[in-house]
Amino acid sequence: MSHPLHRYLLRHADDNLILSQRLSEYISYAPELEEDLAVANIALDHLGVAMHLLEHAASLDAEGKTGDDLAFLRSEREFVNLLLVEQPNGDFAHIVTRQFFFDAYQAVLWPALAESRAEILAGIAAKAAKEAAYHLRHSTSWMIRLGDGTAESHARTQTAVDALWRYVDEMFESDELDAEMVAAGIGVNPTDLREAWEQQVSVTFAEATLARSGDDYQRRGGRDGFHTEHLGHLLGEMQWMQRSYPGQQW
Amino acid sequence: MDAALLSGAAMVTTTTRELRDLLAEVVDPEIPVLTIADLGILRDVKESPDGEVVVTITPTYSGCPAMDHLRSEIERVLHEHGRDRVQVLTTFQPAWTTDWMTAQAKDKLTEYGIAPPRSEATDPILCPRCSADASRLVSEFGATACKALRVCTSCGEPFDHFKEI
Repeated sequence: MSHPLHRYLLRHADDNLILSQRLSEYISYAPELEEDLAVANIALDHLGVAMHLLEHAASLDAEGKTGDDLAFLRSEREFVNLLLVEQPNGDFAHIVTRQFFFDAYQAVLWPALAESRAEILAGIAAKAAKEAAYHLRHSTSWMIRLGDGTAESHARTQTAVDALWRYVDEMFESDELDAEMVAAGIGVNPTDLREAWEQQVSVTFAEATLARSGDDYQRRGGRDGFHTEHLGHLLGEMQWMQRSYPGQQW
Repeated sequence: MDAALLSGAAMVTTTTRELRDLLAEVVDPEIPVLTIADLGILRDVKESPDGEVVVTITPTYSGCPAMDHLRSEIERVLHEHGRDRVQVLTTFQPAWTTDWMTAQAKDKLTEYGIAPPRSEATDPILCPRCSADASRLVSEFGATACKALRVCTSCGEPFDHFKEI
């Protein structure tokens, strides 16, 4: 079994890597040029966070792997990202809603991890916290514009909320690894982040005239490597170059 | 050929302090009027007794795509000055902030057409072309991660604003 901190770093790295890949798929399709730039920028921020976390995770294992090996040579079952971030783009309302849910989570996660006793993680988190704050500002403003916009934009956004709500609980579930990291002064208890997240969602939904989903069905499994069918397809595209031409350099 | 000889000669005399001054001239590829010293990216230059130079830099944004380029530029400059063994480290603590940008750097940005980051959130964002305190935000995300796109409502020109973080 690998180093617990290694496994902990992978969770947060994978969330950011997979969401970055999803957002990158959308580049050139955004409804306006400025939004295309925003999507590219946000994807780049997530990629940067993932890269730093993966490099740090790789350095903790004696196997001599690199951050790139972890990104491009792990299989689907070895990825431990949240199911939320691997969900397909769908329409713009889906992209905004997925981003808003995740931003509201990371906007509370990173400031907490910036206090971690694990120095490198704390440093990466301190930087990511600043980025998450403006990502959240951006996705919140879109939730309001779309939710409180036209009948069409409202309906699409409510549909996206209903479709993605089933991936919310997973963000706040705590397991043995979380408990171990909390005890070591390294990690945070995801459950403790929920109240601030709910607050952000309530305030935004009120202004956006959106409603929480009435369906309480919840999916889980990402942290244990059990994914929705979408992740395999994403990895197929993301990893094919390194899989086909091992060690290929840019 | 002469240049190679010169750099060979420099090898004997260049001190760590001089190396730092040389590295301070490396420019940011995305905003070429600013150096890595102006931006506060260059954090430390150390030379071990056995001649290895260890340079520490910090990224402006997590995904800053210029970091690889900067690493190779730093290595190139040091190699040209006879330092064969170079290590470029990345540090995350303390996290980079626009507060580290020098006043001189901010002036250079304005001249270049980019509104510099403000010291206080309540300070005005002045149009770098007409100096008017009248602009609206077009997008929080501009051509690079560090800039937002604004339009001056006085002269009508669009401009980049280096975001405060």
